Amino acid sequence: MTAIIEVSHLVKMFGDHAAVNDVSLSVEKGEVFGLLGPNGAGKSTTIKMLTTLLSPSSGRASVNGFDIVQQTTAVRHSLGYVPQALSADGNLTGFENLLIFAKLYDVPRAIRTQRINEVLSYVGLLDVGKQLVRTYSGGMIRRLEVAQSLLHQPSVLFLDEPTVGLDPIARQAIWDHLMDLRADSNMTIFVTTHSMEEADSLCTRIGIMHRGQIAVIGTPAELKANIGIENATLDDVFVHYAGDALESGGSYREASRARRTARRLG
Amino acid sequence: MKLHEQDAQPADLANTPIVSQAQPTTPLAVIADFFLKTFTIAEWEIRKLRHDFSDLITRAVQPVLWLLVFGETFTRIRAIPTGNMSYLEFMAPGILSQSVLFLAIFGGIAVVWERDLGVIHKFLASPTPRGSLVLGKALSAGIRALPQALIIYMLALILGVRMNYNPLALLGVCIFAILGAACFSTFSLIIACLLKTRDRVMGIGQVLTMPLFFASNAIYPIDIMPKPLQVIAHINPLSYVVDGIRSLMIADAAINLNTIGLDFGILAVVTIVLVIIGSNLYPRIIQ
Repeated sequence: MTAIIEVSHLVKMFGDHAAVNDVSLSVEKGEVFGLLGPNGAGKSTTIKMLTTLLSPSSGRASVNGFDIVQQTTAVRHSLGYVPQALSADGNLTGFENLLIFAKLYDVPRAIRTQRINEVLSYVGLLDVGKQLVRTYSGGMIRRLEVAQSLLHQPSVLFLDEPTVGLDPIARQAIWDHLMDLRADSNMTIFVTTHSMEEADSLCTRIGIMHRGQIAVIGTPAELKANIGIENATLDDVFVHYAGDALESGGSYREASRARRTARRLG
Repeated sequence: MKLHEQDAQPADLANTPIVSQAQPTTPLAVIADFFLKTFTIAEWEIRKLRHDFSDLITRAVQPVLWLLVFGETFTRIRAIPTGNMSYLEFMAPGILSQSVLFLAIFGGIAVVWERDLGVIHKFLASPTPRGSLVLGKALSAGIRALPQALIIYMLALILGVRMNYNPLALLGVCIFAILGAACFSTFSLIIACLLKTRDRVMGIGQVLTMPLFFASNAIYPIDIMPKPLQVIAHINPLSYVVDGIRSLMIADAAINLNTIGLDFGILAVVTIVLVIIGSNLYPRIIQ
């Protein structure tokens, strides 16, 4: 196995505040790596640095073997990116949205249309490809964006909270697609999420971020085994490592305990 | 639960030959790549307009009102010395320039909007040169300016303004309209990258449009202004847009290729400088 994402001592300062403070991690090819943490923990800032949107204050990182500061163009060709907001243009059709990005990503003209239809059919949107995106549901737009991020066959897919704001069925559909994708192409997926259930069932490894630092990294099973709570859930792990970030930490702990109790009973 | 039963063999996705990741290496290929991506950004705007042009119609109302209300009145009172042309003839190119200014100076709001939508994140994460993104947006504003020109030509024709229909002159007017829109929209983009919120960009835009419009030769000649204002009018890019369009649009205007070339040159240089500044500031909008 080779590391496809290598991060060492990455720091991002905003003024005096270190949004990301000495983060090191590495992700192997084919992994689904989940980055979890409370709001403001530095997850998005980390993803923005890895996708070359922000330059780090210090430290190094590479994606697909390319340095994120020195070899930005090669890094950008290597990655697919799905931002947090639903960003597809409603005034264009699904096909046109993909066409613009196929051109920006240098997909050769000869295979452009074929490639667009391929990814559209992969996410089940081929039938509605000629419709304006503003007629799509939130889940469909998300799938379109996943399709767009796959156009140029990236080595790593970065998703910033891909299921936030979606209904449960749309969430499930997105994750099914991502899992299929991993099975089909062994693509590496780097995802931030707030949903512990999703992270638990889908990620091969999880890093919990807190106050700009990585509090712990491991497989979901390892994390749950190591906090000394019987039948621990990922919620417990989260609270264990990042609980003091919550002003109302007590109530969160109670809520999570209540949920665990309910599950044992049910 | 699977929502994609109609999928063609998913294995296709993995088996398709890897898309060329070759990067342009020769200077010529770098330049070709730059303009290809620039035109792709502009193509996006054209496709958007093709699906929905209601925006163009609402934007046409204001220049039409200026010509009908202000222009028609001032033509009658002859308060402003405009040489051998009627006031309406003098003013029509000014109103075209004004509509170009108004549609471009709020372009920064669209930049903020795209930032909020995450579109800019996707652009910046793609292998698109920053200059292409900014110049492409400038060109998009230019494309939006063309229907304005068409509407003002039609209205001017109805009002009896004698215009120059030489194809080269028409082409020249289009070029000045595009260049003017590119210049002011990039200026607005820079403001958006520095101020980052819609309210502030809107506020600055409103503060700027008034002096940009009135401290120019759009609706009266620079000669009749007080001296300090004349200085401002001379450094105001809008004056050069108006000057270029006026010489090319109106039948009676004396066409002096030297001054038109100078107008064009000044605007082009200002626009290029703004695009370079904008390209460097553009990534800051997402911070």
